[in-house]
Parts: sequence; C-alpha cells; structure tokens
Amino acid sequence: MTLQKFLTEKPWIWSFVASIIVWITTVLFTGGASSLGLSQAALTFAAFSVIVGIGQMFVITLGPGNIDLSVPATMTLSGTLALKLMDVQDGMILFGLFASIGIGLIIGLGNYILIKLLRIPPIIATLSMSFIVQSVAIWSNRGLRIKPPETLAGFATSGLFGIPNIALVALVLSVIAWVLLEKSIYGRWISAIGQSRFAARMAGIPVDGARLVTYMLCAVLASVCGYLLASFSGGAALNMGSEYLLMSIAVVVVGGTAVAGGNSNIPGIWGASLFMFLVVSMLNTYGFGAGFRLILTGFIIIAVILLAGGHKSHR
Amino acid sequence: MKLSSGTIRLIIPAASLALLLAAVFYMQPRAMSYTGLNLLFNLAIPIALATIAQMLIMSINDLDLSMGTFVSFCACVAATVLQTSPLLGALIFIGAIAVYAGMGMLIHVRDLPSIVVTLGMSFVWGGLAVLLLPSPGGTAPTWARAIMTAKPPLVPMAIIASILIAAVTHYIVMRSSFGVLMRGTGGNDRSVERAGWSVIGIRAATYALAGLFAIFAGIALVGLTTSADANIALRYTLLSIAGVILGGGEFVGGKVSPIGAVIGALTLTLAGSFLSFMRISPDWQIGAQGAILIVVLALRLALNRLEKREKHQ
Repeated sequence: MTLQKFLTEKPWIWSFVASIIVWITTVLFTGGASSLGLSQAALTFAAFSVIVGIGQMFVITLGPGNIDLSVPATMTLSGTLALKLMDVQDGMILFGLFASIGIGLIIGLGNYILIKLLRIPPIIATLSMSFIVQSVAIWSNRGLRIKPPETLAGFATSGLFGIPNIALVALVLSVIAWVLLEKSIYGRWISAIGQSRFAARMAGIPVDGARLVTYMLCAVLASVCGYLLASFSGGAALNMGSEYLLMSIAVVVVGGTAVAGGNSNIPGIWGASLFMFLVVSMLNTYGFGAGFRLILTGFIIIAVILLAGGHKSHR
Repeated sequence: MKLSSGTIRLIIPAASLALLLAAVFYMQPRAMSYTGLNLLFNLAIPIALATIAQMLIMSINDLDLSMGTFVSFCACVAATVLQTSPLLGALIFIGAIAVYAGMGMLIHVRDLPSIVVTLGMSFVWGGLAVLLLPSPGGTAPTWARAIMTAKPPLVPMAIIASILIAAVTHYIVMRSSFGVLMRGTGGNDRSVERAGWSVIGIRAATYALAGLFAIFAGIALVGLTTSADANIALRYTLLSIAGVILGGGEFVGGKVSPIGAVIGALTLTLAGSFLSFMRISPDWQIGAQGAILIVVLALRLALNRLEKREKHQ
C-alpha cells in the first residue's frame, strides 16, 4: 500500500526504472564491455536534453497552449554567435557565455512581448520568433565553422571522476531549477498559473511577470545549451538545434510532467532524457536501421504516455 | 449592413492575401497571367490540404504535431506502392486512416494530450517513410501527375483546386450536421455528450477525415514534385498550424474557418514568392516570413478590438 502510494506520487520513478532496464539490455548484448562508455555517452547526451527540457518544463507548467517552439533556433543562434565572439581565444570564454545568456534574455523577452502585446497563442508567437532567430543565425553563420576555444572544448568533452562535465553542469542547473520550482514562491506562482490563470490572478499573483520570467528562463537555458553543444561538438552548425524541438517536449512529458500544466517535476526529466538516449543506442547495438529505430521510439513515447497518463487530467 | 462575426473573421486573411497579391503583381506584372498565377500558387495545393487536415484536428481542441511526417509518409507511399500496385497502396491509405481514427479514440478514452500522442506518431510515420524510401526517389502515379499539371481553360488549376477545396470543406465543416457536431465538441464536448451524441465517434470521424485530407496532400505533393523522399513535407507541421491561425482559426473552442484556412495556406505560399520578388537575400527569407506572420496577426488583433468596441456600443 505504501509502495503503491509512493509510486503514484512519484511518476518519475518509471522513467528511471525503464532507463535501467534498457541500459542492462544493451550492456548484456555487448557482454558488459561497453558499460562505462555507454554510461558516459548517455550522461553527456542526456545532459543536453535535460538543460533544454528544464526550460521547456517551466513553460509547459504555465498551462495548456504554453510551449516554446523557438528552442532550436535559440540554440543555433547562441552557439553560432558565441563561438564567433570568442574567436578561438581562451580569454573570451566567460564573455561568450554572457553573450549567449544575453541572447537568451532578448529572445525570451521578444517571445513574451509577442504573446502579450499581440495576444498571439504562445505556439505561434514562439514559432514566428524562431523564424526570425533562425534567419539571424543563417546570416551570421555564413557557412563558416569556427572552432570553440581550446580550454572550453576541453572542458566540454572531458569529465570529473568519470562523470562528464556537461552532466555536472546539467546537474547544477537541475538543482537550481528544483529549488526554484519546489521551494521558491516563483515555483508556487507558476504552478498556480498553470492550474488556473484566472484564480492565480484573483489571488494577487503577478501573472504577467511570472510568465515573462518563465519564457526568458526557457530561452536562456536553450542558449546556454546551444553554447555548450557547440563547444562539445567542435563548432556550431545551422541544424544543431533541430532534433531538440521534439526532444525537449518529449523528455518533459515522458518524465511525468502534466501537459495540462500546473504539475511538474525535475527528476523525471533526467530519467526521460537518459531513457530516450539509451533506447536509441540499444536499438543501434541490436543492429536496427534508422527506420525501425524511429518507429520504436514513437511507440515507446506513446506507451509511456499511456502508462503514465492513466489518471484523469483536469482540463 | 450587419456582418456576421464569421465574415469579419475572414476579412483580414482575405485582405492580406489580396494585398500580397497586389504587391507581387506590382513588382512583376508578368505574374498576372495564367502561367504566372499557376506558378505562384501551385505549391499551395498540398499545403492547403494539409492545413485543412490540421484545422479539422484543431476544431476539436487538439493539435497534430505529426502532420508533416504523415504527409511525407503519404507522399512516399504514393510515389512507391500506390504507383506500382494501386490496390495495395489504397489499402495502406485505408490503414493509415484507421490509425488516425484509432488515435482520436485513444486520445479521448484515456484523456491523453494530443500533442504528445501525435509527437510519438510523428516518429512512427517518419520511420515508416524511411523504410519505404531510404533515399529520395520513386515516381508519381501518372493520374496524380495528370491532375496536378492539368491546364483547364481560363482559370489555372491551382486556383480551381483551391476554390474546390474551400467549397467542399466549407460544406462539411460549416453546413453539414457532422460539422456542427465537430465544432460543438470543440466548444463543449460535455454538452454534446449530454445531448445524446457519441463524442468518441465524433472524434474518431474527425481524425479519420483529417487523415484523409493529409493523404490527399501527400498525393498532390507527389503529383507536383514527381518524386518523394522521407523528409519532403516536414515543414508542413508548422506551416499547417500557421495557416489555420492566419485564416482566423483558434486553438480552442471549435472556432475554425475552412475558407480562411485555404486563404491562410495561399498567403503563406505567396509570402515566399513575394520575398523572392523583393530580392530579399535568401538568408532573411525565413525571418521575413515570420515577420509577415506577426504583422497579419497584429492586424487581426486590431480588427478584433474594433469588433468588440462595436458590440459594446
């Protein structure tokens, strides 16, 4: 009875259980040889999904219709511009980071201005914004591939005690996000807004301020992720963000956050990100082609939402 | 003269389309011809069909994030199986419609978010398309090619097709009793259920119909491009949503307009041509499309305010 209660209160457990099962199946196939490499790769690539996923989660918490589609474009622009600014100089690393945070702040502000002033649904507002951001990225990139500064590239690709640095960064960001969501008044506000914006407004919550901060937070996390991803992969590419559009939404939902808003959790994003990466590498290990891999990924997302979404959500 | 709110809803999309068209004609008078118009609007037919499919889903408060991959999948089927063995191809399409209906029922029965289910399905359709056509290729069925390249007298095919699509869907969505039930489900599914209708049946039928239009979109696309690949229509997901919104539709409440959706799709297609006539550098074309979207929506907001003020008086 208590176990059952624990499981229903903590929906994110499932994504971790699933990740562990998939990890074991993959390692068994290779006879245990790949366990360390697989774990490190999983932690690294999951970390990128975690960083964008946290931002997307805050936005989704705001309630139905709130989704940030400008995440991939923001990642691309921030990665491109930051590398251009740093220009392979180690001394500019911090400056590049601040620049990419600045880009995130501007895009987030722009998103919310469109949503608020033009009363456009967030999906369309962030979509229009992403077109513009993408254009700026194309214009500034010009097909050049600038390498990241050596120290930064070294940091992004190495680890501490066997744990990739990127994963540690994501962990720190997750802890901050968890405190924000669970322990701060801001977290209570956005959950309240997600459950009922009208009631939240009546209760005196600064709804507009909280929403503005949330869209800016999401854009900043996306641009930091773009900065790290560009440093990790040795340069920015115009399509580097594209797979994170669906991924950022998928990890949030598979992780057990209510899509209707108002009920979110951070650990689930980790479980889901690890799971999504491990499934792909398991199918690779078993020699499935790209087609089957995509089909199975789709079925898994639907299966997870079927299992996790059994309770009635209030719309 | 009293205008219904539905008509007012159509004014902005129609006006922005007319304005864009006028601008294109002004810059390139040669576009004002049979061939010119056909070239301008040819690619709009599949987009219009996909937009209608998205609009049907949106009329019951759902959103289909798999539209682009599904149209790509249909294009791949049309260019391969449908071309070599029409019967098997038709069976695959019927199966796909059944999957769409099943998806609609599943979303209703388990009260799942449509965004996530269609997100999952987008991987499935994408995978199936890759299996069918690992590399770009295939051939369009001759009849699809014949329809899409037909040259009827006086009015170009693209215009006739757009009007036909708008008329047929306007009848289905706005005039037929099924359309009323569908929009009613979007407005308040509980009251539709209390009135004795099966909401699950309505949802299944709506999804099936959306699947059918998306299949038409895939076939029309292959008819235009003569071959297909697994990523041919990925941008249709976002284009179709933008088209519905441009055409005056809303995300919730069953407020949709089929004529508006077709006009929205035409506007989006024309915006691309307009920008190339403006000699805007290709770097900025996507961005300018975003800007056009924002401007049209701002105009709509202004008109909505006007409408409200009139109501208050």
